[in-house]
Amino acid sequence: MDEAGLANRNEVATADHGELSRLHPDHIKVLRIAGVLWALPFVIGSGVLETALPGPPGLIVGIVLVVAAILILRVPFRRYQARGYAIGEDRLRVVRGVLFRSDTIVPFGRVQHIDVDQGPLERMYGLATLTLHTAGSHNASVPLPGLDHADALAMRETLRAHIRRDTM
Amino acid sequence: MSGAGVPVIRRSGQQGLALQDRRTDPKSFIALGISGLGSSILPIAAMLFAFRDEPIGIGIVLLFALPFVAAAFALAYLRWWKTTYRVGENDIRVESGIVSRAARSVPYERIQDVSLEQALIPRLLGLVEVRFETGAGGKDELKLAYLSEAEGERLRELVRDRREVSVAVEDGTPAAEVDDRVLFAMPPRRVLTFGLFEFSLAVVAVLAGAAQQLDFLLPFDLWDLDAWQERLAGPGAWLAGLGPSAQVLGAIIAIGSLLAIGFATGLVRTVLREWGFILTRNAKGLRRRRGLLTRTDVVMPVHRVQAVKIGTGMLRWRFGWQSLKLVSLAQDAGDASHVVAPFAKRHEIEPIIAETGFALPEDRVSWHSTSKAYAFHRALVWLVVTFLLGAGIEAALLLAPDVESSVVLWLPLIIPALGVLAALREWWNWRFRRYALTHQQLFHCHSRLAPHTDIANRAKLQSVEIAQGPLARRGGYATLYLGLAGGTLNLPGLPLADARTLRSELLDSMTRHDFSTLI
Repeated sequence: MDEAGLANRNEVATADHGELSRLHPDHIKVLRIAGVLWALPFVIGSGVLETALPGPPGLIVGIVLVVAAILILRVPFRRYQARGYAIGEDRLRVVRGVLFRSDTIVPFGRVQHIDVDQGPLERMYGLATLTLHTAGSHNASVPLPGLDHADALAMRETLRAHIRRDTM
Repeated sequence: MSGAGVPVIRRSGQQGLALQDRRTDPKSFIALGISGLGSSILPIAAMLFAFRDEPIGIGIVLLFALPFVAAAFALAYLRWWKTTYRVGENDIRVESGIVSRAARSVPYERIQDVSLEQALIPRLLGLVEVRFETGAGGKDELKLAYLSEAEGERLRELVRDRREVSVAVEDGTPAAEVDDRVLFAMPPRRVLTFGLFEFSLAVVAVLAGAAQQLDFLLPFDLWDLDAWQERLAGPGAWLAGLGPSAQVLGAIIAIGSLLAIGFATGLVRTVLREWGFILTRNAKGLRRRRGLLTRTDVVMPVHRVQAVKIGTGMLRWRFGWQSLKLVSLAQDAGDASHVVAPFAKRHEIEPIIAETGFALPEDRVSWHSTSKAYAFHRALVWLVVTFLLGAGIEAALLLAPDVESSVVLWLPLIIPALGVLAALREWWNWRFRRYALTHQQLFHCHSRLAPHTDIANRAKLQSVEIAQGPLARRGGYATLYLGLAGGTLNLPGLPLADARTLRSELLDSMTRHDFSTLI
């Protein structure tokens, strides 16, 4: 292998195992609001149970509130910390998962099509989710949430430039 | 380009291209009508049976049934009338639908393969169902029901030629002409042997359950051992006096008949599916024909094969029988991959693999083993789960007031015993599980009692994922999930460093080729 090839290989190696780009910090806020919306029915339900059942006052509501607080304050931060991505010369690396870690690399040449989606919460903060679709049965779609909307669009353009025009 | 017996529709409003719109074979409305009736034939037959002694009743039933039959055929006729297809320059288009019209077009480059299927009734009428496999899967696939056999064959050749032209232009090398030659065939004897190994445990379980639920349908009580003794006592009254041994005999008869049904089901299903199995190689790819009543005819282009999988069963492996599947985007009758040799010896499988452009691992391939911690954790999980489950059930039985029999109290011990067996199997499999990487391919061997070998083309993978659960992080191993078009391939329990190296190597070969040159 010649020198240029070796240098290229090292660069690739850092793209595979090196530093990851963080998602936009507002992603934590989006996750927290989603957590609040998710926990709300449970808190209300526990309040109803509390009034219906005998027992020490505040027990059920207390437990549910503590769990909800962890889910809303702690978990989004951990998830944000666990997530990251790296764009290499010819591949995208997406890392996610607190308990179940997953580290996926998709070569640009394997991308079938690209979605840039914005949910209502993401739109509030100007964020977007970039989704790569591949032909594989596993990882048929690889989502990358919490990107700045403009960044996501720019990434889409970069990716699209790499995907060769098909023979259609 | 006028297929025999296929009417060409001329619309006065449109000229030129409209001339190419065709209808499916006129006889197809008969086949569609009968299949449309399919679900209502049974109730009609049941009612006829119920009124078998009353001519007036039969008359009434027929009077009611007639509109249904007429409606089914009218609907079938409308469907036939409203379905048109066009073989265009770049794509195949099908327009269908009586009330809401659907027009679908599939470009030739996206057609993975064209399969012909003949169910019993279309077969009697000389018709075929033509399916264009694009990898969309299931009901989204474009299909034409039904065309005459000649038209189906013509369409298939045409699609292949169109597609090969574009592929050949892309590759710069025209496809070499190869004669149709037989790669693998299953004579009736082989099919029957195969059937014996396809023992259907599911059917036995369902029947045993049904016999308990639906025993009122039987003219006698299946589970009444006294009645069994009486029945057996008919020809040989001495059985009645035997007591417990007759009970054992009754149980043996019950189990024996269930086993016989299990074997018969497997045999019949296998014969129906695999009868006359023949795999040939022609210029376009591998062609497989099989089926007794429903005959299917599938061609798999060799360059679309993403991976090959050799599998076997625990029992059949003792006799050296294996199966070979090709993974591609096209689907095969609900199965994700194409079976090209369902029941074959090693020396029969080898030439087929060579034909697909894949190679079996050579002797000098350097194998890597997987993490010991992975096997240990798996065994541990089995033991913990089964012991907890067994203990839970045991506690429930001890607390239940009316359980006194010691036999029942011993029964839950079966669960942890099975857990121990499963743990031992994990250990065994760890020593056997291995993978290897060559310039072209990735090999993965697993399962000791029924060895499986997966062979993937390095360049044809779609993505690589390293996944770790909490236990895996503790044990320093990971599962490598490979994105494979039309199938799955994962390597569990690799040491993390090995998984990273493997991923880098695989990505190197993947990034050298673009998707459009692969599928």
